[in-house]
Amino acid sequence: MSPPVKILGAFSSAFTHRAEVALRLKGVPYELIQEDLSNKSELLQKHNPIHKKVPVLLHGDRAVCESLVIVEYVDEAFDGPPLLPVDPFDRATARFWARFLDDKCSTSYWLALWTEGEVQKGSVKEIKENLALLETQVKGKRFFGGDTVGYLDIAASAFVGHWLSVFEEVAGVTLVTDAEYPDLCRWAKEYTSHETVKQCLPEREKLLAHFTASKDFIVSAVKSMTPK
Amino acid sequence: MAAEKKGLQLLDFWVSPFGQRCRIAMAEKGLAYEYLEQDLGNKSELLLRSNPVHKKIPVLLHDGRPVCESLIILQYLDEAFPSTPALLPAGDPYARAQARFWADYVDKKVYDCGSRLWKLKGEPQAEARKEMVEILKTLEGALGEKPYFGGDTFGFVDVAFVPFTAWFLSYERYGEFSVAEVAPKLAAWAKRCGERESVAKNLHPPEKVYEFIGVLKKKYGVE
Repeated sequence: MSPPVKILGAFSSAFTHRAEVALRLKGVPYELIQEDLSNKSELLQKHNPIHKKVPVLLHGDRAVCESLVIVEYVDEAFDGPPLLPVDPFDRATARFWARFLDDKCSTSYWLALWTEGEVQKGSVKEIKENLALLETQVKGKRFFGGDTVGYLDIAASAFVGHWLSVFEEVAGVTLVTDAEYPDLCRWAKEYTSHETVKQCLPEREKLLAHFTASKDFIVSAVKSMTPK
Repeated sequence: MAAEKKGLQLLDFWVSPFGQRCRIAMAEKGLAYEYLEQDLGNKSELLLRSNPVHKKIPVLLHDGRPVCESLIILQYLDEAFPSTPALLPAGDPYARAQARFWADYVDKKVYDCGSRLWKLKGEPQAEARKEMVEILKTLEGALGEKPYFGGDTFGFVDVAFVPFTAWFLSYERYGEFSVAEVAPKLAAWAKRCGERESVAKNLHPPEKVYEFIGVLKKKYGVE
C-alpha cells in the first residue's frame, strides 16, 4: 500500500489548491496540514529549507516543493487520469503557459492589484495583455486541458477565477470582465463548479475575510516588488 | 500553407547559457539539428513568429513547430525522442521531481544574481556577491558526493547548470571570490563536465564570456 500523503499548505494559498486539486483528480487521499504563514513550523522549514514556502507535498519520507513540480510528480507517481496531455508537443505547450503565468505574469499581476499611480497603470496594461494571450489557449474548449481539467487549468486557477475575484474585490481593481475576456470567464465558471475542483476550493467568504484582514500587509509587501 | 522544414532547428545566440543547454542536450542525445544564430538587436521574422510571447531565444523548431523556454525544450527532447539517453531519470517520479526543483532553482537564481554582480557597484554589488556565494554553496549541497547532479549519469540539472560554468570566471572577477574556495565540489563537478565532448564542444571559453560582458557593460553604459 502506498505511503501516506500529506500537504503542508495554507487555506488561503492558491498554490496549495494546485497541489490539492491534483491529488483529488487522481483520487489520492491526503491529509492537509495547515501552516500559519506568519509563524512557519519546523516541519515546513525542514522540508522546504530553500524557499520556506507552501505547498510542500510529503509522500512517505519524500518531500516535493514548488506547486508545478508537485503537480507533475502527482501525475507521474500515481495512477489515474493523466493531468498533462499525452503528446510531447502539447505537453510542452501546457508547460510553456504555466511558466508564462508563474514567471512572466506574476509581478505585473500583484502590482496591478496592489499598487497605485503610474506603476499600477503600467502593470494593469501588461497583465491585461498577458491575460488576453492566456485566453487564446482556452478559446473553443471547455477547459485548457480540453474536455477534462488538466495541468494548465490547475496552473491558471492561481491567477484567474476564484482567487482573482476575491483579490479584485479586496483591492477595488477590476482586471477581468465578461465583456473583455468571455472565454476566461466561461472557463472560470466551469472550473470552479467542477465536482472535484470545488471540493478543495476554500469558501469565498473566508478568503474574502482573510485577504481583507491582510490587505495592509500585502500592499507593503508588494511595494517591495516594485521595479526600481 | 508552405511545407514546414523537416527536422530540428535551433534559434539561438552564441553566448546564451540557455541556448547552450539545448545544444548540449541534443549532442548528448546524438540528435542532428540546424543551428541558426540570431541577431538579437534585429530580431528575425522567424524568431518573432516562433516565439511571439517572449521574442527570446532559444527556440527549438521540430518540423517547423516551435518549442520555447530552455527547460521545456529539454523535457520535450526527452519525450519526443524516447529512444535517446534520457535527461530526466526514467521511471523515478521522485528523482524527476528533485531534478525539476533544482533546475527551477538554477533558473530562478543564477543568471539574475550574476547579472547584478557585473551591472552594479558598491553595496548592491556586495549583496549580489554574498548571494552568489550562497547560491553556489546551496547547489554544492544538492550535488553532495555524487559525480553529477543526476547521480552517476549526466542529467537534467547538469545540463541546466553546466553552461553557467563558463560564467564562473566572470563571477569570480566581478565578485572577487573563488568558486574553488567557496564550493570546491562544485568546481570539481564543473571540471568533470568540461571533459564531456558535448560540453567541451558547446561552451565558449570563460575569457570570451568575460569579454562579452565587457561589451554588454559598454552597451548599457555601465562603468
